[in-house]
Amino acid sequence: MVLSVEGLTIEAGGRRPILGDVSLTVGRGEIVGLVGESGSGKSTLARSVLRLLPRHSTVSGRVLVAGDDVLTMEPGALRDLRATQVSMIYQDPRSSLNPVRRIGDFLTERMVFTLGRPKAEARARALELLAAVGLREPERHMRQYPHELSGGMLQRVVIAAALAADPALLLADEATSALDVTTQAETLALLRRVQAERELGMLFITHDLHLAAAFCDRVHVLYAGTLVESRPAKELFEDPRHPYTAGLLACTPELDDPRPIRPIPGRPPSLDDAFTGCPFAPRCPHATGACEEWRPRPVTVPGGSAACRLVEV
Amino acid sequence: MAVRKLAGLVATLLATSFVIFGASYAAPGDPVTFLAGGKENLTPEYLAAIRAQYHLDDPFLVQYARWLGDAVTGDLGRSMQYNDQVFDLMLARLPSTLGLVAYASVLFVVFGVALGVLAAVRGGRADSAVVAGTTLATSVPSFVTAAVLISLFGVQLGWFPVMGGGSLWHLTLPAVTLALGALAIISRVTRQAMVEQRELDHVTVARASGLAERLIVTRHVLRGALGPIVTMCGLVTAGMLAGTVVVETAFSLNGIGSLLVKAINTHDFPVTQAVMLFMVAAYIVVTTLVELLQPLIDPRVRRRA
Amino acid sequence: MTTVVSTLSPGPARPLGYWLAGAFLGLVVAAALLAPVVAPYEPDAVDFAATLAPMSPGHPLGADQSGRDLLSRVMYGARTSLIGPLLLLAIASVLGVALGTLAAWHRGWVDTVVARLTDVMYAFPGLLFVVLIVAVFGNGMTTAVIALGLAYTPTIARYTRSVALGECAKPYIDAYRVQGMGGFTICVRHLVPNMARSIVGYLVVLFGEGLMSLATLSFLGFGAQPPSSDWGLMVKEGQPAIVQGAFLPVLVPGAAIALVVVSFNVIGVRLADRMGVRGA
Repeated sequence: MVLSVEGLTIEAGGRRPILGDVSLTVGRGEIVGLVGESGSGKSTLARSVLRLLPRHSTVSGRVLVAGDDVLTMEPGALRDLRATQVSMIYQDPRSSLNPVRRIGDFLTERMVFTLGRPKAEARARALELLAAVGLREPERHMRQYPHELSGGMLQRVVIAAALAADPALLLADEATSALDVTTQAETLALLRRVQAERELGMLFITHDLHLAAAFCDRVHVLYAGTLVESRPAKELFEDPRHPYTAGLLACTPELDDPRPIRPIPGRPPSLDDAFTGCPFAPRCPHATGACEEWRPRPVTVPGGSAACRLVEV
Repeated sequence: MAVRKLAGLVATLLATSFVIFGASYAAPGDPVTFLAGGKENLTPEYLAAIRAQYHLDDPFLVQYARWLGDAVTGDLGRSMQYNDQVFDLMLARLPSTLGLVAYASVLFVVFGVALGVLAAVRGGRADSAVVAGTTLATSVPSFVTAAVLISLFGVQLGWFPVMGGGSLWHLTLPAVTLALGALAIISRVTRQAMVEQRELDHVTVARASGLAERLIVTRHVLRGALGPIVTMCGLVTAGMLAGTVVVETAFSLNGIGSLLVKAINTHDFPVTQAVMLFMVAAYIVVTTLVELLQPLIDPRVRRRA
Repeated sequence: MTTVVSTLSPGPARPLGYWLAGAFLGLVVAAALLAPVVAPYEPDAVDFAATLAPMSPGHPLGADQSGRDLLSRVMYGARTSLIGPLLLLAIASVLGVALGTLAAWHRGWVDTVVARLTDVMYAFPGLLFVVLIVAVFGNGMTTAVIALGLAYTPTIARYTRSVALGECAKPYIDAYRVQGMGGFTICVRHLVPNMARSIVGYLVVLFGEGLMSLATLSFLGFGAQPPSSDWGLMVKEGQPAIVQGAFLPVLVPGAAIALVVVSFNVIGVRLADRMGVRGA
């Protein structure tokens, strides 16, 4: 396994943990989706893989990358892991780059300072990478500043930087959400291509369940910091077992889909909402009184698990 | 943009020089008497000299134009107190004043930025200490600082000479005095700018790419904070020339600042005008230069231009 | 996205320092008011037998070159040193609030003229504008206070303008206008009173600076004149004694200035927070 998260719980002073007992794995050459609304904890999970934890938080559980626990490793080993094994792609490419430094500096910086490569070699490699992510004038882009490039081009630059150290795991945190639709498609195709070429493991984080179902091999659905459903993409999409998953699918309109649009009532829970039973119960159309007391646990369903009392029955 | 800035520079220079020139007309009584520094100085020859120097027989605006023309070409008139050309008086005192300003600038830039970085990076107690120290430093007027430094290091400990000037050693206490308030301002600006920069996403991105913390601070946080830091350093340096008025007086240094104070206390208006004109012009020029420097620090400004 | 911003409260804002500063200022004001009753000597009582006397029961803070009691002088000096800044801020706030309100109310060319005027004044670094006025109208406390009042006018005008612009955008102003109330009445009766809170907060922040500026002018010989016991002037007069090894004549008034300014800054920052003073 490239990534293996085991029972990860992160608390940061709210009335409930940001993440509660989350476990998931990403294998080599596999794209795993992580879907949730804003506030569900999906970005916190991605960041915890690089040990970028919220301030003043307490963490339990393990995050294993290639067998080593990220949460307990020495600072030197952590820097090494960040530099060589795991790369992250962020939602907003414009804020991911230092606005006062050139694109070339952004790309070569990590190669020179973290991998210790000579400058000339780093430069050559950067040009190679820019070409590999489909930018036509790598020489010119190297000299440009972030504000001179479009969002789509910048996201390619960020992807190029992510590939610089030949990582084994790619974390894509809403990597295409801030882009417009055509650029989004191009970026997705690029991600898929580099992932397949290099047999990368990828954790693909998005709020868009349809996108995740189409793009990923397996999908985990996160709600209020807990996994509510974990199944292969195709099965999850065709036969959602958790009411929340079903709700997410039902609230996006689709052509040729006879199902009516039904928004999920209520609002996503905040960190100050504590739950005694199933966190989704207040918004669930099928909830009964017993759901308020039932502590969610994964129940085996075809292909994976769903944390719902109604599935268990 | 540069052209607009330069036009603004010229306009401000004209406006301020007009105020400095026109001030003599605002004085109560006859301008000739005022320019002569009092009735007792009014001998017929002296009166004629003043009339010629200020072209008092011309219309007001012509007087101003001729005065400004003379000033630009280095003819700042004669001082009746020193019985010498004002230009020569200033030239003789300029090196000592500029030396003091340069010395103080080096001090406040180096220590101000260092303290600001320390406060921002270390946080906790170091931060509180720097904040408390800068609050204190901005609350003590420089002439009090001067008195304390002279008492302590000059007289009590005897480490530094108390009077006179010339050597770097002589200039140390005055430079420290002049730098102290500036140092407080710069360390605060540095700290604030770095704290703001540190929260930006691209810094987290750099950290996530495995860059060592030291490199993150220098290459990203400090680099990003450079804009406000350089601007503030420039502005403070520009204003420092005016600060020498107090510091040179407190340390009895013979420079432009103390020349101004003596000129005012002896009603020597040509000298007063000339020193004011010089200080204000230097201030305006330096602040404009700082603005013109911005695009070099932040490439985004270049694009907007 | 779950980015948890930790609730970093800046501590209990050090109420201890706040109370200490308040208590000290109260003491200074009391000393200034009660100086004739409490002070052990007349401020200008010369006694050459006590020249440069050290601290003693007779002279608790020592005496200066002429043997004048420093404690008494510093107490009497608190009067000029506190009233001076008060007056200059009164001048500056009357003019500044008027100009700032005018600029914000009329916008257009009035605003431009006010902006240009303040630009020209800001082009004079430090106290140079004040020094120019003193050079023209002669040394003395009155000139210094009026000149500083003028010099602080643009600062208050700019601040008032920004507050007034925010206030003018609120619907109640429009409501008065619709009722047919004149612009002047609205400004004087409603706009200015509603801004008073944040303007007063800002004035407290400026007080310490004003006191420093005025003391500096006195130190340069432009402000208070002998035999006044203004603190700035006391430092100036005490300076020659330093080389004789007598530090009290400068340290006593110097410490008085520094402590009062620090106290005002400590209180000012807190008041500014509370009264919603912007950008202070």
